[in-house]
Amino acid sequence: MYLSTNQLKKRRFPAAALALSTLSTGAIADPSSRWQTNLSPGVTELGQEVFDLHMLVVWICVAISVAVFGVLLYVLINHTKASGRTPATFHESTVVELMWTIVPALILIAIAVPATNTLIKLYDSSDSDVDILVTGYQWKWKYEYLSKDGGETFSFLSILSTPADQFEIGATAEKGENYLLEVDEPLVIPVNKKVRFLVTSADVLHAWWVPALSVKRDAVPGYINDAWTIPQKEGIYRGQCAELCGKDHGFMPIVVKVVSEKEYEEWVASKLSSSKADLTEKSLDELVASGEALYNKNCSGCHAVNGTGIPGVFPALKGSSIALGDVNAHIDVVVNGAPGTAMSAYGAQIKPDELAAIITYERNAWGNNTGDAVQASDIVNFNQ
Amino acid sequence: MTNIVDTKKKRTTVILLVMVAAMFGFGFALVPLYDLLCELTGINGKVVLVPYDAKNVEVDEQRIVSVQFLALNNSGMPWKFKPNHNSIKVNPGASTSTSFFAHNPTQNLMVGQAVPSISPSGAAKYFHKIECFCFNQQELKGGAQADLGLQFFVDKDLPKNIHTITLTYTLFDVTQKVASSN
Amino acid sequence: MSEHHGPATGIQRWLYATNHKDIGTMYLWFSFAMFFLGGSFAMVIRAELFQPGLQLVEPAFFNQMTTMHGLIMVFGAVMPAFVGLANWMVPLMIGAPDMALPRMNNLSFWILPFAFAMLVSTFFMEGGAPAFGWTFYAPLSTTYAPPSVTFFIFAVHLLGASSIMGSINIIVTVMNLRAPGMTYMKLPLFVWTWVITAFLLIAAMPVLAGAVTMMLTDIHFGTSFFSAAGGGDPVMFQHIFWFFGHPEVYIIILPAFGVVSEIIPTFSRKRLFGYSSMVYATASIAFLSFIVWAHHMYTTGMPLAGELFFMYATMLIAVPTGVKVFNWIATMFGGALTFETPMLFCIAFVFLFTLGGLTGVMLSLAPVDFAYHDSYFVVAHFHYTMVAGAIFSMSAAVYYWLPKWSGKMYNETMGKVHFWVAFIGFNLTFFPQHFVGLAGMPRRIPDYALQFADFNMMSSIGAFIYGFAQLLFLYNVVQTIRKGKVNTDEKTWEGAEGLEWTVPSPAPFHTFSTPPTVK
Repeated sequence: MYLSTNQLKKRRFPAAALALSTLSTGAIADPSSRWQTNLSPGVTELGQEVFDLHMLVVWICVAISVAVFGVLLYVLINHTKASGRTPATFHESTVVELMWTIVPALILIAIAVPATNTLIKLYDSSDSDVDILVTGYQWKWKYEYLSKDGGETFSFLSILSTPADQFEIGATAEKGENYLLEVDEPLVIPVNKKVRFLVTSADVLHAWWVPALSVKRDAVPGYINDAWTIPQKEGIYRGQCAELCGKDHGFMPIVVKVVSEKEYEEWVASKLSSSKADLTEKSLDELVASGEALYNKNCSGCHAVNGTGIPGVFPALKGSSIALGDVNAHIDVVVNGAPGTAMSAYGAQIKPDELAAIITYERNAWGNNTGDAVQASDIVNFNQ
Repeated sequence: MTNIVDTKKKRTTVILLVMVAAMFGFGFALVPLYDLLCELTGINGKVVLVPYDAKNVEVDEQRIVSVQFLALNNSGMPWKFKPNHNSIKVNPGASTSTSFFAHNPTQNLMVGQAVPSISPSGAAKYFHKIECFCFNQQELKGGAQADLGLQFFVDKDLPKNIHTITLTYTLFDVTQKVASSN
Repeated sequence: MSEHHGPATGIQRWLYATNHKDIGTMYLWFSFAMFFLGGSFAMVIRAELFQPGLQLVEPAFFNQMTTMHGLIMVFGAVMPAFVGLANWMVPLMIGAPDMALPRMNNLSFWILPFAFAMLVSTFFMEGGAPAFGWTFYAPLSTTYAPPSVTFFIFAVHLLGASSIMGSINIIVTVMNLRAPGMTYMKLPLFVWTWVITAFLLIAAMPVLAGAVTMMLTDIHFGTSFFSAAGGGDPVMFQHIFWFFGHPEVYIIILPAFGVVSEIIPTFSRKRLFGYSSMVYATASIAFLSFIVWAHHMYTTGMPLAGELFFMYATMLIAVPTGVKVFNWIATMFGGALTFETPMLFCIAFVFLFTLGGLTGVMLSLAPVDFAYHDSYFVVAHFHYTMVAGAIFSMSAAVYYWLPKWSGKMYNETMGKVHFWVAFIGFNLTFFPQHFVGLAGMPRRIPDYALQFADFNMMSSIGAFIYGFAQLLFLYNVVQTIRKGKVNTDEKTWEGAEGLEWTVPSPAPFHTFSTPPTVK
C-alpha cells in the first residue's frame, strides 16, 4: 500500500497526470523555481515522510479521478438523447450503493494508518539539542536561544530587510532575488541536531512556517506551542508568517541558516559577547544617522517612514506632542509602551543604544527640530 | 382545518425558537466545557490556576526530570521579568521551590498577571503547582521589585518519554482592566 | 386564504411583501447585488496580486478587501441566494399556497439591506473596515481591531437573526403545509437539503451570535473570554468560531446539492438514482459537520488525541460526499442526456466539486495539513468547493427556473457562452493556486516572493475572465426578463418532474390555493 519515494519517482508521468490530477505531480520541487508546483520534501526526514504521504494521497486521488471522471466522460459521450437512446428506468441498487460506501471507507482507513504514524512523530519534540523561543510581534520575529545548563542566553529580532523602495506603491527599484524573503538577521541553527522551537506571540496570532524544515506552528499570545526539526543539509531556508496578523502580515519573513556544528558554536560565542549595549556618548548627527535606519526598520511599519502614521489607526510622530514635548515622556512611551494600544514596550525588545538613536531621530526628523540628543545612558538610567 | 394547521405551525415555531435559545446558551457553555477539556487533556499546555493539594506524594528518586523556566512579556508590558533559575533538575514527586524576578521600571503603580503555559502540552497535567504567583494578580508600585515564588512538583506518572518540561510565564499588563472593573 | 387579490402596486408591494414569490425575488436580486459587490472586492484583490510589488492598494486596505470579500460572499451572496431560491421553490415544490410565516419572511429579508449597509459603511469609518479576515480570529479582532468592529458585530447579529428566521420559516412550512400525499420520502431533494440546512442554521448561527457577543463584551465590558491575561484563551475563539464555521460551509453547499439533484434527472430524462441514500447522505454530512470543526486548527497546538479524533472524523465525511457524487453519475448513466445551460453548470459542478472534495481529503490528513495549512492550497480548495459548489449550482438554478419565474426563455447560445467563459475563467483562477500553495505561498498576503509571480498572473487573468462571465450572467438574466421569448408551457423542460412544473408560466401570484393531491 505504502509506496517508497523511489517507486513514486519512477511513476511520474507529468503531462498526463497534470491533466487528470488535482495537482501537478510533475513535481518540480526545486524551491527556487518559478514553476514549482508541488510540495518540497525539504531537508528533514520528517519532511520526506510528509512528502511521501502527500504523494501517496495525490496518487490515490488521481486514481479515483481517473475512474470517476472516466465513467462521467463515457456517459456524457454515449448516453445522450442525440444518440437516440430511450432512457433506462433503474433508480436504485442496494449492492452498488453499498459498494461505493464501503470501498471509499476502506481506502480512507488505508490512508489513516500512515497518517497516524507520521503525526505521532511530528508530535515528539522530546530530547532536543537546541531550544529556541520564537516570539511573534507585529511584524517581526524575536529569537531567544535558551541555555540547557542555566548559562547565559541571548536574543535578537529578525526583521524584513527588503527595502521599501522595492515594494511600496510607485516603487521603481529592481526587486532582488530574495524579494520579501530576506531579513536583517537570520536564525542560525546547527546541522543534524534536533532543534526545538517554542513558539509564542506577544500580541496577535502569528504562525512560524519554514517549509524546508517542515515546521509550521501557530504563535498564540500567552501560550507556548512546540515544534522541532533536524535539518540534514546546510543551507539557507526561507519561510513566512502563515497566520493573518494585521497590516504587515505579508512582510514578516523567516530566514534560517543551517550551518555546521563548529560554525554554530563560533556564532553563539560571538552573539553572546556582542549582545551588550554600547553605552558610549554619541553626537546628535551620529544618533540621527543611525536612528533613521533603525526607525525605518522598527517603527515605520506603523508610524510610516515620513512620520505621518496612519490616520485613525496609528498616530503621527511628525509634529506630535510626544516627539516635541518632554524627553522623559517620550522615552517612557517608547521604553514602556502605551497601555491598551498597539504600542509595545520596546525596552524589552531593543537595546538601549538603539533606542536612544531611534528617539533622537524621532525628535529631529520631518521638521521635528528639538535638537535633543538622547544617549544610551539616558535610557539605562531611565529604567532604574 | 385552517385552525389545526395554525396551531401546528405555532407549535413548530415555538419548538424551533427554543432550539435557537438553547444553542445560543450552548455557545456560552462551550467556554466552561473548553476549560474542562483543557484540564483533562492539557490543550495548549494550559494549566490549572488553583493550588494542587499535595498529600502523600511519593518521590521517585530513580528518575530525573529537567524543568526549564521562561519568562516573557506581552507587548505593552514594560516590567523586567525573568526567572531566577533558568532550569532545575528534579525528582518526580519531590516538591521544589523557585522564584521569578519582577521589576516595575515605570513611575506608576501597575498590576501584572502571569499566564503559565507548559510544553510539551502532554506534560501539563503532570505538573502540579502547590503555590504560584500566577494564582493572583501581582501589584508593583513604580520602581518596586519583587521575587515571585513558585512551589511545584512533577507527577511521578509523567510519561516516560518526557525528560524536559518547559514552563513559560507570559506577563500581561492588567492595570487598566483592574482599574476599570473597580 | 379565501381572499384572492393580486400584488399591491409600487414600492408598497415590496416593502410590505408577504408573498413568497415577491420575497424570493427580492432575496435573489439582493444576493445578486451582493455577489457583484463581493466580486468587485475580489477583482481588487486579484488586480493587486497581478504582479509582485504593491501597485494599487496599501496592505491595510488589502486586508479589508479580503475580509469583506469573504463576509459578503458567504453572508450576502450565497446564503441569501439560496434562501431566495427556497422562498420561491419550496412552496411550489410541496404544493403549499405560501410560506408558513409570511410576516416573519418579510422581516427576515428586510433586515438584510440594513445589516449590509452597516457592514459596508465601516469602510468610511476612521480606521477602516474590519481587516481581520472573515474568520475574525481574536485577538486581532478584539484588542487589536479597528473601532468599526462594533458595527461589524452588530451586523453579524442581524445577519444571524435573519438567517434563523428564514430557517424557522422553511422548517415550519415543510412540516405543516405539505400537500396531501406529499410524504417526507416523496419530498423533492431540494426541499430535503433545505430542511437539513435549516436545522444546521438553527444549531450553528446562535453559536456565532454567542461568539460575537463574547467579542463585544471583551472589547467593551472588560471580560476576558479570548484574552489569556484574564484566564481566557484566543484558541477558544477558534473552537467556538469553527463550531459554527464548519456547519456553515455545509449550509452553503447542501442546498447546492439539492439544486443539482433536481436538474440532473431532468436533463438525463431519468429518475434520481438512490433517492433515499441521498437523503441519508445529506443527513450524515450534516451530523458529521458538528464534530469535525477542529480540522481547521491542526497547527494551534491541540493534543495528539484531539488531532487524531478530528482527523478520523473529517476523513469520514468523504464517504457520504462520495455517495452523492456516485449517485449523480449513476443518474446520468443510462439516461438520454441533453446539454442545456443548467445541465452544463451541473456537470461542471460534479466535476469541480469532486476535485475540491479530493483536495479536502488531502487537507484532512493532519500531518500533511501542517504543510498545507494557511497556504494558497487551502484557498484553491475552498473556492473549488464554494464557487464551483454554490455559485455554479446557483447559476444552474437561475437558468433552470427563470422560465418558470418570468415566463420568458433565456437565449440558449448566450447561456452556453456564459457557462464556458465562467468554466474557463474559474479554472484558470483557482487551479494554479494549488501550485503556489504547495510551493509555499501563504494566504492573505498583499505581495509575494518572485517565484510565485507567473502562477499569480495566470490566476489574476482567470479572475478577470470569471468576473466578466458574471456580467454576461447579469446581461442574460436582464435580457431574458425584458426581451426573452415568451414561454407559457407549464413544463418548460421535457424531462422535468415535480409540482412546480404543474403551475402556469410565469407562476401566478397565488399558486396552490387549493392544495394539489400527490399520488
